[in-house]
Amino acid sequence: MRLSAYIGGIGVLGPGLHSWPHAAAVLSGLEPYLAAPTVLPAPAMLPPAERRRTGRVVKLALAVALEATASADADPTLLPSVFSSSGSDGHICHEICQALALSTREVSPTRFSNSVHNVAAGYWSIATGSMTESNVLCAFDASFIAGLLEALTQVAVDRHSVLLVAYDSEYPAPLHAKRPIPDALGVAMVLTPEHSATSIARIDLTLTDETCDSMSDLQLEALRGAIPAARSLPLLRLLAIGAAGRAVLDYLDVSRAAVQIEPC
Amino acid sequence: MKPLLLAEFTATSCIGRGVAPTLSALVEQRSGLERCEFETVKIDTHIGEVPGVDAQPLPKDLQIFNCRNNRLAELGVQQDGFFDAVQAAAARWGRRRVGVFIGTSTAGIMQTELAYRARDAVSGALPPSFVYGTTHNSFSVADYLRQRCRLEGPAMVVSSACASSAKVFGSARRMIEAGLIDAALVGGTDSLCLTTLYGFHSLQLSSPAPCRPFDAARDGISIGEAAAFVLLTRVPENLDPGAVLLYGVGESSDAYHMSAPHPEGLGAKRAMQAALTSASMEPGDIDYINLHGTGTPSNDRSESQAVTSIFGPTTPCSSTKGATGHTLGASGALEAVISVLAIQNGLMPGGVHTTRIDPNLTAHYIKENRRAPVLRVLSNSFGFGGTNCSLILGRAG
Repeated sequence: MRLSAYIGGIGVLGPGLHSWPHAAAVLSGLEPYLAAPTVLPAPAMLPPAERRRTGRVVKLALAVALEATASADADPTLLPSVFSSSGSDGHICHEICQALALSTREVSPTRFSNSVHNVAAGYWSIATGSMTESNVLCAFDASFIAGLLEALTQVAVDRHSVLLVAYDSEYPAPLHAKRPIPDALGVAMVLTPEHSATSIARIDLTLTDETCDSMSDLQLEALRGAIPAARSLPLLRLLAIGAAGRAVLDYLDVSRAAVQIEPC
Repeated sequence: MKPLLLAEFTATSCIGRGVAPTLSALVEQRSGLERCEFETVKIDTHIGEVPGVDAQPLPKDLQIFNCRNNRLAELGVQQDGFFDAVQAAAARWGRRRVGVFIGTSTAGIMQTELAYRARDAVSGALPPSFVYGTTHNSFSVADYLRQRCRLEGPAMVVSSACASSAKVFGSARRMIEAGLIDAALVGGTDSLCLTTLYGFHSLQLSSPAPCRPFDAARDGISIGEAAAFVLLTRVPENLDPGAVLLYGVGESSDAYHMSAPHPEGLGAKRAMQAALTSASMEPGDIDYINLHGTGTPSNDRSESQAVTSIFGPTTPCSSTKGATGHTLGASGALEAVISVLAIQNGLMPGGVHTTRIDPNLTAHYIKENRRAPVLRVLSNSFGFGGTNCSLILGRAG
């Protein structure tokens, strides 16, 4: 069974990857990969009161969602979205668990509100004023493909465009030792049912038993293995090169996802 | 949308293990809410605790998943012959052709809460026995069920707070219609934990008394826990007229606030309208509405406005959360199963604990059970982050 869509805009932010144009230059070999901590911009699209409350995972998701929708020239208020990540805000989770381990058990109401897995989708809706549906997923290490599958079925079945945002951020100690995601990395793309002026490539996805592709650059390969959203890197490399090609991405223990790319 | 068959279903909450005791509790208007004596929690509130969760063993080879949430999922999947029905579905269609889509809000986070009490005094490290991925992580409950039932199709958790396990029906629908799978194990599991008990308390959203949705004196929620599952398939040619189908799914976002609903219920209204559109139905086609009806002053006010703006003041509606408590990420699936029971038994369950209906709420809230034909039900689920989902279920014939 094959699922198809057109990719109409991409956003990328991660360690040593500052934007999609920069990531494309690195992934196509035009620039070397220089590892550096992820720099997250303050979400200017939120009112100041809301902006102060947002943690790293929200800043990350909003930044890549904004880059993808802007480059796709897509109106976020009309665009249903799929947010997929392995975890929510790891720092808030730590603070709540720490507070609950004390005898006082004083949980901050704002932190509790922002502890939900759909915190980034909530702030995206508030920031853009979008009342369209948003689906918020988790599949642990398989979260990128889970999100891509959900987005592609929306395109295929409901025949509407969709914003896919896959993002993961780190836990602080002591949870970090149990879930060692090293830094924040997010990938967003606008997927459309029809070809348009902003289409970059056509994507066709099938599930497969093949083994997944790795990255030849050892640092990028380490990133692919360490951050769930970075399992998209072999796909992003194809898109960066701008030539037709195929990549096999890691998904569940029993299956992988093969993506065929045809540049527009 | 193309309707789908609810081929099998089960629900476990504080009002009963499986559908028979659940139905009896609804018929008797019995609540499962009791004063909170959960774990070490010291909050003046009522909760809907499922008895026997901690005594529920997991299979030997799946001990790595051991946490309250997965124990509750195991307890739930063993009721009503559901586990065997899933095995029959896997045998019929193939393990790769059955997907797993489960809603949860906090999964097994309680395992982490407990681990934080047992940190190493010197290093601060969590105990070696604590495993994050198969307990705390949101996906753990879907991963547990797919491994338990040996299913190999697409799998994921939907975690959008209290709308989670309504939204899984939408994802499963698309996967089936796209042809990726032939059947889906959908549902929700959320279990009591300190994060939600103390969190809702900090927001002053939990009531000291058993919750009273739509009551003039309502003052908050009662947190519950539940595991509810449905096996969704395409509609077969030879269909029992008593079968229940999923006719519509509608989703929306509030774009308003992280923890407060839109004051006029605009997001809720949009979700209900989208569900009617997807079912190709008119408001008059709905016989009964199972409300989100949490019992907070603001939720019930905005939901009542949204319901009245579409359905007017005459369509009977109620919240079953006075009986079950608010089971958070499991409420969508639990109330979908309650909606099936309403349809199959011609029962509109009256909302328990509510004594004086708020005269400012214009929706037609019912306190007493009604025996009447129920052909189609709309069920609402709304969550933090302003996420909304409405399902329409109905009799096939």
